[in-house]
Amino acid sequence: MTTHYLVLSALLFAIGGVGVLLRRNAIVVFMCVELMLNACNLAFVTFARQHGNLDGQLIAFFVMVVAAAEVVIGLAIIVMIFRTRRSASVDNANLLKY
Amino acid sequence: MPWLSILMAVPVLGAVGVALLPKGSDKLAKQLALAVSLVVLALTVAMAVQFSPDGNRFQFEEKYAWIPSFGVHYGVAVDGIALVLIALSAVLVPIVILASWHDAEGATRLDLKSEVVPPKRSAKTYFALLLVLEAMMIGVFAATDIFLFYVFFEAMLIPMYFMIGSYGGVQRSYAAVKFLLYSLFGGLLMLVAVIALYVVAEKDTFMFPELIGAIQDPTTQKWLFAGFFIAFAIKAPLWPFHTWLPDAAAQAPAGAAVLLVGVLDKVGTYGMLRFCLELFPEASKFFTPLVIVLSVVGIVYGAIVAIGQTDMKRLIAYTSISHFGFIAMGVFAMTQNAQSGATLYMVNHGFSTGALFLLAGFLIYRRGSARIADYGGVQSVAPLLAGAFLIAGLSGLSLPGLSSFVSEFMVLIGTYERYAVPAIIGATGVILAAVYILWMYKRTMNGPTAEAVKGFTDLDGREKWVVAPLIAVIIALGFFPKPVLDVINPAVDQTLTNAQVTDKQPVSTVAEKKGAGQ
Amino acid sequence: MQSPAEIVSHAGGVTGVSWLMIALPLFGAAVLLLGGRRTNAWGHFFGVAMSLGAFAVAVVTFVELLGLQPEQRRRDIGLFEFIPGMVDLGMLIDPLSISFALLITGVGSLIHIYSVGYMSHDRDRRRFFAYLNLFVAAMLLLVLSDNYIGLFIGWEGVGLASYLLIGFWQHKPSAATAAQKAFIVNRVGDFGLLIGIFTIWTTFGSLAFADLTHEVAGQASEGTLTAIGLLLLLGACGKSAQLPLQSWLLDAMEGPTPVSALIHAATMVTAGVYLVVRSGAFFEAAPTAQLVVTIVGVATLLAGAIIGCAKDDIKKGLAGSTMSQIGYMMLGAGLGPAGYAFAIGHLITHGFFKANMFLGAGSVMHAMNDEVDMRRYGALFPVMKITAVTFIVGYLAIIGFPLLSGYYTKEGIIETAMHHNQILGWLAVLGAGLTGFYMSRMVFMTFFGKKRWADDAHPHESPAVMTWPLIILAIGSIGLGAFLVLGNRFMNFLSPAVGLPQPADMPEPHVFGVGTAALATLALVAAGAAFAWFRYGAAEVPAVAPRASFLTTFARRDLYGDALNEALLMRPGQWLTRIAVFFDNRGVDGLVNGLAAGIGGTSGRLRRVQTGFVRSYALSILFGAAAVVGALLYVGNI
Repeated sequence: MTTHYLVLSALLFAIGGVGVLLRRNAIVVFMCVELMLNACNLAFVTFARQHGNLDGQLIAFFVMVVAAAEVVIGLAIIVMIFRTRRSASVDNANLLKY
Repeated sequence: MPWLSILMAVPVLGAVGVALLPKGSDKLAKQLALAVSLVVLALTVAMAVQFSPDGNRFQFEEKYAWIPSFGVHYGVAVDGIALVLIALSAVLVPIVILASWHDAEGATRLDLKSEVVPPKRSAKTYFALLLVLEAMMIGVFAATDIFLFYVFFEAMLIPMYFMIGSYGGVQRSYAAVKFLLYSLFGGLLMLVAVIALYVVAEKDTFMFPELIGAIQDPTTQKWLFAGFFIAFAIKAPLWPFHTWLPDAAAQAPAGAAVLLVGVLDKVGTYGMLRFCLELFPEASKFFTPLVIVLSVVGIVYGAIVAIGQTDMKRLIAYTSISHFGFIAMGVFAMTQNAQSGATLYMVNHGFSTGALFLLAGFLIYRRGSARIADYGGVQSVAPLLAGAFLIAGLSGLSLPGLSSFVSEFMVLIGTYERYAVPAIIGATGVILAAVYILWMYKRTMNGPTAEAVKGFTDLDGREKWVVAPLIAVIIALGFFPKPVLDVINPAVDQTLTNAQVTDKQPVSTVAEKKGAGQ
Repeated sequence: MQSPAEIVSHAGGVTGVSWLMIALPLFGAAVLLLGGRRTNAWGHFFGVAMSLGAFAVAVVTFVELLGLQPEQRRRDIGLFEFIPGMVDLGMLIDPLSISFALLITGVGSLIHIYSVGYMSHDRDRRRFFAYLNLFVAAMLLLVLSDNYIGLFIGWEGVGLASYLLIGFWQHKPSAATAAQKAFIVNRVGDFGLLIGIFTIWTTFGSLAFADLTHEVAGQASEGTLTAIGLLLLLGACGKSAQLPLQSWLLDAMEGPTPVSALIHAATMVTAGVYLVVRSGAFFEAAPTAQLVVTIVGVATLLAGAIIGCAKDDIKKGLAGSTMSQIGYMMLGAGLGPAGYAFAIGHLITHGFFKANMFLGAGSVMHAMNDEVDMRRYGALFPVMKITAVTFIVGYLAIIGFPLLSGYYTKEGIIETAMHHNQILGWLAVLGAGLTGFYMSRMVFMTFFGKKRWADDAHPHESPAVMTWPLIILAIGSIGLGAFLVLGNRFMNFLSPAVGLPQPADMPEPHVFGVGTAALATLALVAAGAAFAWFRYGAAEVPAVAPRASFLTTFARRDLYGDALNEALLMRPGQWLTRIAVFFDNRGVDGLVNGLAAGIGGTSGRLRRVQTGFVRSYALSILFGAAAVVGALLYVGNI
């Protein structure tokens, strides 16, 4: 019965993963990361229901808190990059190499 | 009184004091460092006279739990072997400080285009590093907890790394990195062995006295032995792990080279004697033929390569490789004479090679070059300098009447008792030593005075104070080694007992009459 | 082991403080070296005083020893514990050691005095006396020590003094090289001596002479004893310039002449003979070793004589002669108790007449602006009569002119050798004939014939401080031999130390030269001297050495000893050194550096993976995650 939720979760995670790998715009990549996180949340909640305890829900809250913090830091970084480089493409920010 | 902790604390505090002095107070920094090292020397002497050779094996014991969950202790104590090596360090450091007075100033006194004198650096850092190093040298010989020993063993590298890397010659960074990498490699092997020893012994402690005899299985012993031995062989250095030494010693400032070769390297041979033999007696016996072969190769090889050197400090470094071969051979010959001789050799080598390095340093300071070919006829312009160099060199070739002879003789005769052929091959080092020392002496000191040498001044007051104590010790120990041997002998006896070997006795009746005296 | 205090209490009187013999010259050396220029003004007198002081102690000790019963004349004086459990340093005063002590301090003091004059123009005269004092101290330690360690310390100590004195004029590269060569060749001998000492220690468990008696030596196998004997002989060959370690002695003549007289003629080079006699317990139980000793002795006495025949350098001629005479002593020492007294006796008389001739040669050189080439001498007799007469006395002594010193002692060795083995004996006789030739040649070329002086030479007699030692030594050269040998006086005196020979080993006494050997020797010597007169006395001697036959060249080149050393040892050694250095830099170090370079190269390539593209990192993370999940699933399925 919970299978559908898990399949949906997997699909959302895959879409997010593909988005992170293929998209160049940092904002979009960022949104894809969020999508993956939420896919995980969905899976946690589903398992919580399946096992009949609250552990999964608890972790989902943790993930949301972490995601919120991540958004704050991440967006700030993206804004800074955009300001200095006039571009939000992740491929342009490649100084940290070799 | 916690003598050993005080001995370590004083130089550390001194180092902090020296480092905290305001900028530009170099002279004060030197004087403070010298004063601190003299205090350490005085304390060491005060401790040494309280040591009773006939008493317990380990004296001045201190033991506090450090990491209780792993049974790691801050455990320090000394037996006769450790005591003489601590004394060696305590004597050498003030001398080195005095000798290094101008080392950090760069080539200020020379208008020669210099290849070996590094640019000006912070003097107080140099002397602070020296004092830190002194504390660690004392710690490494005093540690009775194997983990603590390991910590000092590795931590010693840091001040030495900076002394070579910042204050050395042209290729200083190459030499310093090479030194560090070699030592770390050995150290890591040893760390593995230390941890394995802890796990396998199941004694829940790292204290050395409690671990003696803990490992009985021969195969385990062999593996652990290998871990410890390779670390010590690199440190010592034994052939073929030696190539870092000539680079490091040639690039290091003379004072640092003295401590590097004179004391730091002794940790290797000391570790073999203390840890390899006593913890893994079966494995030691199993590996003895291999070690003896490596030592003999080292003796002859080091001497032959030394003959072919064109750089004074490299030459002295190679002679040390030859001498370390003697020490390792003495340690593993496992006779009373050989091991006492090897321990005494560690001390004597510190003094004689120390004197050679420092005098070479004085020469290099005057001439701005370490190449032997750049000298000639120094004896005519600076007879004292040449005379001191000759005495130090003669000690290096083990001339009877000078200290190295006693130890080399004991090592060889002790080895001969058990392994005649290696001793005979090793004794050819006696001939080769004469070749490398006298040939260097002839090329630098004799013959017509070279143009660049004509302006040489003889030893000044400070330099005389550097050389005089060393030569005095070399001659005194050459004729009267008994005080040192009396301290060493009981400790060596104990080592041999723990290593489960007994001396071979001669067949004749004279020996029976005299046997009781041993 | 007796404690030193107990032993000292046995030795009362001056004997108890006979360590002063060593301490005085050592103190002299220390004062002169440490005192520096401050002692320049009086340093040489101080050095002489210390040497004379040691002589005085030696004489008093000797007199005290004579006052004892012969069997008590062996006194051990413990000094201090050296290596605990192995050896104490101490002194052994017995007839053998005191004979040496008297020779060393006596002749040594005369040479000290002579040097005051000889070195008066040298600005480093103080240092010279410091080294001379050091030498006397070390040599006394060598002979007075009661064990092999002390002997070895003295052994190397005299080697050091010899090194310092040969290289005294170190600014001359030839002197520095000669000094270095002497030390290194000696070290080869020391190597043998060291191993010999090791073997003694491991076999008998003691290094004290007192413990190593004939009975103790008899307990070891003959093979061991032969090995000990041969090893000690190698040491003796180094110090005493015997074949095959002879090559350093001729070069050692680079040193100032008093040094050649004291160290390289009278005392140090005879240390090998002392060693063989002192170790008699081993040699007498090992006939093979004894045979080798005699062979070495005979070979060297011939080689030295042949070299002496061809040298134009007066000092090198004398050096060849020294080699040859020590060969005689070695031959005597190899003959057992029958030969010891003659060997040591010859050693003492040789100490006198050879020191006499060396100092005489020094006196000549002093007069001739340091010219050493005898072809530039000639007709010096009228201008320096004292030097010439004393030199000729020494000359007559060395060739064995009847009734002079050398006659008794050398004849003793030859006759004992003849009695022992005919071949050895006849070869020794042949050597005596050669001696007659080369020594006569030297005397004729130097003091007689025509003047061949350099233009600026103004020869003159040396000052009294130099001639008086010559006169005293000449007196010794005349009378000492008869004093020692007649009535077997010296043999009986030495017997508590070295034992008396079996009567069967002794030749019949021929005091006035009636034996075949003595007659043959005298005839050959006379023939040699006559031939020398014919070639160098009566005939014109060219001032420049003419091209010579193969044999002469052979001798001039020291029998190609140096060439042999160079071809066999030096060149291969240089090659070995070069190869070893190359191997160390490229092989051992190259391996390490190669490893380091390999790791560096690999990491250089690997770092290219770090592209800086976030998305490629993300991809690799994804693969990694997938791999981990896959692995978990795989493991879970098993």
